Amino acid sequence: MRGTLSDRMGAAVLMAPLLLFLILAYAWPFLGVVKWSFTLPTPGLGQYHALLTDELVQSVFIRTLRIAAIVTLVSVTAAYAITVVWVRGSPVQRVLAEFCILVPFWISVLTRAFGWVALLSNRGLINTWLQSIGFISEPLTLVRNEFGVIVGMSHFLIPFAVFPLASAMRSLDERVLLAARGLGSSRMRTFWTVFVPMTRSGIIGSAMITFVFSLGFFVTPAILGGGRSVMIAELIYLRIFQSPDWGLGAAISVVLVVFVGALMALLFRYVKPKQLV
Amino acid sequence: MQQPGRAAEIKANGIGKSFGSFRALDNLSLDIGRGEFLTLLGPSGSGKTTFLMILAGFVQPSEGKLFSDGVDITNRPAEQRAAGMVFQGYALFPHMSVEQNIAFPLKVRKKSAAEIKTRVGEMVERVGLKGHEKKLPAQLSGGQQQRVALARALVFGPGVLLLDEPFSALDKSLRGQMQAEMKRLHQETGTTFVFVTHDQSEALALSSRVAIFNHGKLLQVGRPDEVYDRPANRFVAEFLGEINMLPVKGVRPADNGATGLCEDRAVNMRCKAEAIKGDAILAIRPEDMSIAPEASVNQNGIAATAVASTYLGAATKLDLTTRQGAKVTVSVPNEVAAAALSKGNSVWLTWPAEKGFLLPDGGQ
Ligand SMILES: Nc1ncnc2c1ncn2[C@@H]1O[C@H](COP(=O)(O)OP(=O)(O)O)[C@@H](O)[C@H]1O
Ligand SMILES: [Mg+2]
Repeated sequence: MRGTLSDRMGAAVLMAPLLLFLILAYAWPFLGVVKWSFTLPTPGLGQYHALLTDELVQSVFIRTLRIAAIVTLVSVTAAYAITVVWVRGSPVQRVLAEFCILVPFWISVLTRAFGWVALLSNRGLINTWLQSIGFISEPLTLVRNEFGVIVGMSHFLIPFAVFPLASAMRSLDERVLLAARGLGSSRMRTFWTVFVPMTRSGIIGSAMITFVFSLGFFVTPAILGGGRSVMIAELIYLRIFQSPDWGLGAAISVVLVVFVGALMALLFRYVKPKQLV
Repeated sequence: MQQPGRAAEIKANGIGKSFGSFRALDNLSLDIGRGEFLTLLGPSGSGKTTFLMILAGFVQPSEGKLFSDGVDITNRPAEQRAAGMVFQGYALFPHMSVEQNIAFPLKVRKKSAAEIKTRVGEMVERVGLKGHEKKLPAQLSGGQQQRVALARALVFGPGVLLLDEPFSALDKSLRGQMQAEMKRLHQETGTTFVFVTHDQSEALALSSRVAIFNHGKLLQVGRPDEVYDRPANRFVAEFLGEINMLPVKGVRPADNGATGLCEDRAVNMRCKAEAIKGDAILAIRPEDMSIAPEASVNQNGIAATAVASTYLGAATKLDLTTRQGAKVTVSVPNEVAAAALSKGNSVWLTWPAEKGFLLPDGGQ
C-alpha cells in the first residue's frame, strides 16, 4: 500500500498513541523480563542452560506445540465451514452464521471455560446423557486432560480464525467458480480444486493467528487442563508466582516471545496484513 | 482435434428473465445454427450477458425453453452442458499455470495423462502461447490471458463457444489481431460461436449473423450486410453506424419499390412500402450520398448547404443543413468537401434509389 506523503503522515499521527501505549505497557516491562532472565539469581546464561536441560520445561514446550497444532487444525477447519456458510450461504444462513461468530465475543473466556467443565466433567451433561442412553457405563474422561483443553481452546479461537478466511472468500472472483463449473467440474470438485486453493492466503493467515494465540493461552488450559495438562503460559505463571524462580520464568517468556516473533515475521512474508481482516 | 459435426445447434424459445420486477430479457426467440458465428450486439445493460449466462446454464430463465440439437436443456446444470465459455475479465484460475488452466476441463473429464499432454500441447501451439506454459496468469499480458481463456474453453471440443466481450480490455491494435485469430479459430474448430460485444464494427467484421439487443429485447437478427443495409427499425439503423434520417410524406407503392415526397421533391426507394404508408423516415448511410451541382428530375436529390467539415484522412465528413432544416452528414472525397464548403451556397445531395430505406415515422 502506497499513499501520498500526507496520507502516510496522517496515518503516522493516528498510530502514534497506540505505538506509545504498546511501548509503555509491553515493550518496556518486557525489557525488564529480559534483564531478569540474564541476572536472576546470578548473572549469566544459567537460566537458558537450565531451560535446555530441564525435562519438565521441555515436555511443556512440546505439549504446548502439539496442542497449538491440533487446536489450529480443528479451529481453521471448523472456521472454514462456518465462513463458507457466512459468506456464501442464503440470507437466513448468513444471519445464523454471523450470530454464531459474534456471540462468543460477548461471553467472558472464564465463563466459557467453566461452561465446558460443566458439559464435559464426569457428572456433566455429556457423560450423564451418554450414560442415560446406555452408550457408556463408566464416565469418559473429557476434561482435566488435553482433550478438554483442545475443545475449550478451539471453541475460543474459531471466531478469530473466521475473519482472515472471510476476507479471502469475499475477494474471490465469482466468475472463476462459474468458469470451473462451465468447464464441467462438479460443485465438489470446484470447491476442492478451485475454491480452497484460491483462499490459501486466508487459510495461512487464519492458521498463523490461531497458532500464535494458542501458544500463549493461559486461562482455558489452566481451568480445563486441571493442572494435568500444563501449557507454557501456565508454567511461566507457576515459576514466577509459586516456586519463585523468576529467572527461569523470565527465560521461558523470552524464548516464547522470540518464537512468536519469528512466526509473525513468517506470516507477514506470505500474507499482507490487510488480508487478515 | 475438433470432429466436424459436433458443433451444436441451439434454439431459444420465448426466453424471459426477471430480476425482481426488472425485466432483463423479454420473450426472446433465436435459432443459432450449427457452426455459425453469431454476435450478440447491444448497448451496455441490454441483456447480452444475461442471455449468454442462460445459454451456459449459470442463470435460470424465468420463462421459455432452450434446446440444444433438439434436446430440451432448459433445466440442465451448467457442468453438464459442456459449453466453452470465455468470461469478461477471463476468469482464469489464478493458482494454476497456463498449462494447468488449459488441462482443467480435460482432467475433469478424466482423460489419460498422455492425451491431456498432447491436447494441451496442440492448444498451446494453436493460440500461440508456446514458451509460456509454466507461467501463472498474473505473469501474462492481457492478450496472453485472453489466449489462455480461449484455449481452456476450446480444448475439450465444446459444441458451442460462448464469449462475453472478450476484447473489451485490449487496446485497439491487439484487438484487431485477436479478431483475425478468432475468425481463424472458428474456421479451424468448426464450433458454434456466440460472441457478445457492444462494438458494432467488431460485430459486423466477425460474424456470420448479428443479433441486436436493446432493453432486453431482440430487435433484429441477420447477416451483417442485411442488418446494416436494411435495419428493421431506427434503433438498429443508428446503432450500427451513422445514418441520415429525412422525413418523407405520402409514401405509396410504385414500380419496383416505393415513392414519396422529401422536402417537396419526389424520391424513389427500392424497398417495398406495403408495411409503411403515408409519413415515414427515409434513412441513408453517409457513405451512400454524394454531392452534385445539380440533380435531374428522375434522380433522388435534396438541396442543402454545407456548414462544417471534419477531415478524416482518407475522406472528409461534411455536415450540411437542408432547406427545411434537417441535418445531414455525408462522407465524401476531401476535395469535394472543400469545394462544397467554399461555395457557401446550396449544393445537391444525391443517392441511388436502392440505397435509401424506409422506417416507420418516429418509430423505434
Ligand atoms: N443478478 C442480477 N440481479 C439484478 N439485476 C441484474 C442481474 N444481472 C443483470 N441484471 C440487470 O440486467 C440488465 C442486463 O444486464 P446484462 O445482461 O449484464 O447486460 P449487458 O451484458 O448487455 O451489458 C442490467 O440492467 C443489469 O443491471
Ligand atoms: Mg455484459
